Formats: sequence, structure tokens, C-alpha cells
Amino acid sequence: MSVLSCSNLTFRVRGAELLSGVALEVLQGETLGIVGPNGAGKSTLLKLLAGLREPSAGEVLLEGRRLGQMTRRTIAQKLAVVEQQADTDDGIRVFDAVALGRTPWLSALEPWSRSDDEIVQQALSDVDAVHLRSRIWRSLSGGERQRVHIARALAQRPQILVLDEPANHLDIQHQLAILKVVQALPVTTLIALHDLNQALKCDRLAILERGRLVDLGKPLDVLTPQRLQDTFGVRAHYLTDPFDGAQVLRFHS
Amino acid sequence: MIRSLVRLSLVGAILVAAVIAGVAIGETPIEPGVVLQVLANKLWAAGHVLDPIDEGIVWNYRLTRALVAAACGAGLATCGVILQSLLRNPLADPYLLGISAGASTGAVMVALLGVGAGVLSLSAGAFVGAVTAFVLVILLARVSGSASGTGQIILAGIAGSQLFNALTAFLITRSASSEQARGIMFWLLGNLGGVRWPSVWLAVPVALAGLIVCLWHRRALDAFTFGADSAASLGIPVRQVQILLIGCAALVTAVMVSIVGSIGFVGLVIPHAARLLLGTGHARLLPASALGGALFLIAADVLSRTLIKGQVIPVGVITALVGAPVFALILISRRNAR
Repeated sequence: MSVLSCSNLTFRVRGAELLSGVALEVLQGETLGIVGPNGAGKSTLLKLLAGLREPSAGEVLLEGRRLGQMTRRTIAQKLAVVEQQADTDDGIRVFDAVALGRTPWLSALEPWSRSDDEIVQQALSDVDAVHLRSRIWRSLSGGERQRVHIARALAQRPQILVLDEPANHLDIQHQLAILKVVQALPVTTLIALHDLNQALKCDRLAILERGRLVDLGKPLDVLTPQRLQDTFGVRAHYLTDPFDGAQVLRFHS
Repeated sequence: MIRSLVRLSLVGAILVAAVIAGVAIGETPIEPGVVLQVLANKLWAAGHVLDPIDEGIVWNYRLTRALVAAACGAGLATCGVILQSLLRNPLADPYLLGISAGASTGAVMVALLGVGAGVLSLSAGAFVGAVTAFVLVILLARVSGSASGTGQIILAGIAGSQLFNALTAFLITRSASSEQARGIMFWLLGNLGGVRWPSVWLAVPVALAGLIVCLWHRRALDAFTFGADSAASLGIPVRQVQILLIGCAALVTAVMVSIVGSIGFVGLVIPHAARLLLGTGHARLLPASALGGALFLIAADVLSRTLIKGQVIPVGVITALVGAPVFALILISRRNAR
């Protein structure tokens, strides 16, 4: 069943077409990876699917309803976003940063309650960041910041989580830790990824090339040596890891 | 609930005490007891027998002054909080962004052209000027770079301030008599002299209304912590909130400028101090900044009246003397934080 879908999705900025005619469906519970070279439109696609930008043409359906007809609050109750690099100069504490995730659920009539405290605590523990709760944002490392961002998104209790290269700029240990956290989450996940070997762990992959969706399917079916040559401009072949039998990509320039 | 009531009454008590102190201190000191008796006479017809001159000074001169100072300080500090949160810029302040300069131009234009009359039409002119200045500054920042870039919008604000100050000076030299020119120049530096009850009835409700609107949107302001996209993904209708709250800031600034001239740095110094003491949550930051702004401006007014015997220094000079070094400190501490 598709929870989020788009058809003919097109986005232009000052005459340049960043995305043209993309159509795809995100299925309930899956992890859908979005890959493509720099400038292929990964971030743009995610922003449009999350309703953060208005498409120039086409439409996005969230649970069958057009995104443009829903309030921001309703969207935020269903879909959470982790941006590539959201930063702040404010001396905000980790707990308060994660608590922001409750914003779409609070109002004058539904003030902060004990259950909100529990949800924030749960979100912190989901990303293994409970020990950070009283730390100031500025004192966190890059990997810790990203985990807090994910916790904030989880505190929204979304059905769909959209992540834009969450492991970007992190060292390898933190990359693997973040991706492990993401894969273990019990929600539908849409994730833009740079590392193709990491992308192989997704349920399905969408491949973007110059603003167009060129393939969509199971990772090993779509990330073929021919596709890697055509879209990414690299020669590559698969090796089998003798340790666990997993397929691993090896690249040649 | 009970805790917030206690806090509210505490804030009220501090404010009342500050206003009474502001009224009592001056070139002719008046006993706080006498001040209270005057208030009792006027508010409840208590019938204390007092010197009518003292009574006049307290009721018509110093009390109005202290109340307008409090409203103005609270309003400007609130504006500072809004602008800093929405523009994601710790240096945003109505004065530095040219909003005050635009408001001055608008008010001077109304005063010299003689359109309408009284504080309301001055405020309306100031509001038009404030909005024009803000839109121009944002456009300039956009065209010259990203509006979110810290430096860009402040530079644009400086350009805007210079432009509108020049326009004001042009208007004055062209249309004002020398007597008018002197009055206007003095007012431009920030002047609480000559405020009477009609000004109080304008300044206090506007400051309160501004604070309430912002408090109503406190969670939206919190949600801007990680930028506008992040706020949108947290369910905030970003454009709508920005227009409403920045419009609110422009209105409050305009009203205050039309009454007391452009008083700088209150919106910069007070929110920073409040953040250091209480953290970044707007539910506490907004009332604390409003209270701090009120106290700061009452104190600045007392200083401006008592620092040099027989003379009143424009209150804007006092706030700038405090504010400019704080501005420098913020710049330095930001460099160290990187």
C-alpha cells in the first residue's frame, strides 16, 4: 500500500529544471533509498515530497490526500524531516531540541503533558542519546547532533520519516551507527544516500539522474554495472563478502 | 497554573516597584510614600492632603513618563526577541535593521506635512515608514546574498538606516522651521520628555498586545530554532507566522518611535541577557525580556534626568552608551563560539 506518492513532479527555479516528471510510490513500512550523483535532485525531491517547497507541476499525495490541501500541522503529524545540516547558534539543550518534535501535537488546549515527556524520552533512547539530554547543542559532535535531529523527528511520532543524507560529514563509525538506528526504526523511511554500498541495504532504491527518475526497484536489480556506468560515470562490479555472503560494490575510475 | 500565577504577580510587583522608584527619583526627589498617596488619591479618591505641586509632578509628569518608558522598553525588547528568532540572527534589532529609522522618517513626514493630528496619525505614518524600511532591507539582503546570512542583513540594515536618516534630515532642513528642527532632532535621539496620558494610553496597550500575540505564538517561535524549513516540517505555517509577527514588531516599533523617538539597543541587549539567564524557550524568554526592557528603560530614564544636574540627556544616548559595548561583546563572543 502506498502511503506517499507523487506524479509528474516537476520543480523549476529561475528557468532551470531541477526535477522533471518524477512519479513514484512509497510503500508502507519500507525503506526507500534515493541515490544519484551530485545535483541529480535528491534534496529537491525530498523537499517536495515533504511539502517544504511547492512543485512547479505535478502533485504529491500523502495517504491519498493532496499535500497542498493539508495544513502544515496535519502534514507534520504524519511526516517528519531530518535535514542535511540544520544548525543553530542558540544555547538550546538537547531535551528541548527533541521536545520541539512535539510542536505539531501541542496547542493552547493541549499543553505539554507527562505523555509528551515520555515520548521525548523514548525518542532519545531510540537513538541512544539519553545520556545527552541535558547537554547544550553547541557542545555536541556532528554525529551526536544528527542523532538528536533524528530523535526530534521521532518525537513527532510520524508514520513517514524523510532523511536527507543523514550520515553526510560523519566519520565511518558514526555513519554506520546512524544508518543502523534508521534501519531499526519502525516507520516508513525515505532516505537520500551518497554511499552506494550503504544504499544496498535499503528495501528499494530510486535512482535520479539530472532531475529524472531513471530506475526504481530492488537495490541489486537497479544498481547494475551498466547503470553505474551510465548514471554515475564509474565502472563497478560486485564482490561477494566471504564473511556473510553480502554483495559489495567495488569501483574503478 | 498556581506557579504561573505566582510568577505573574511577582512580575507585576517588580514592575510597580520600578515605576514607583522611577517616579520618586528625580531632580526634586519625592518620597515613595507620597507617590503612593498621590496614586491612592487619583485612583481611589483616598483624600490624602498633599502639596498640589508634588501631586502634579507625580501624576502628570513623572508617572506618565515612567509608564511610557516601561511600555516602550517592554515593546522594543519583545520586538528584538521576535526579529532575532524569525531571522535567525542574534544581532537583529529594530534599530540596527533600520526599522526605527524608517519609522522616524514616516513620523517626521506626517508631523511636517501636517497630515491628520495627534499621536495616532504620527504612529500610522511611523508604521508605514517602518514596514517600508523593513521590506527594503530584506530585499537588499536577498539581492546581495542570502537573507539568512548573519552579516548581510545587518549590512543591509545599516544601508537602510543611513538612507532613512538622510531622508529625515532632508525633510527637516527642507520643511521645518528652526524651532521645529530643534524639537525633532531632540526627539529623534529618544526623548521621554513631554509624554502625557494620551501617550500612555497608546503605548501600554500596544506593548501588552504585542507581547500577548507573541506569547500566543511562542511554540512557533521555538520551532524556528533550526531555521525556517525545520519550522515548516514541525507544522508551522512559516510565511503566515513571519508576516504576522514581523508586522507586529513593525507596529510596536512604529508606535514607540512615534511617541519617544528612536531608542536603540534595547531590543538587542535585553533579549541577550534574558537568554543567558533563562535559556531559549520563548514561554519564559518573552515575558522576561519584556520585564527586563521595562526596567532597563525606566532606569535609563532616571539616569538621563539625574546624571547632569539641570539638564536632561536624551534617553537614546544612555541606551546607546550601554548598548554599543554589549553589541561589541556579542560580536566577540560569537567569534569565540565558532
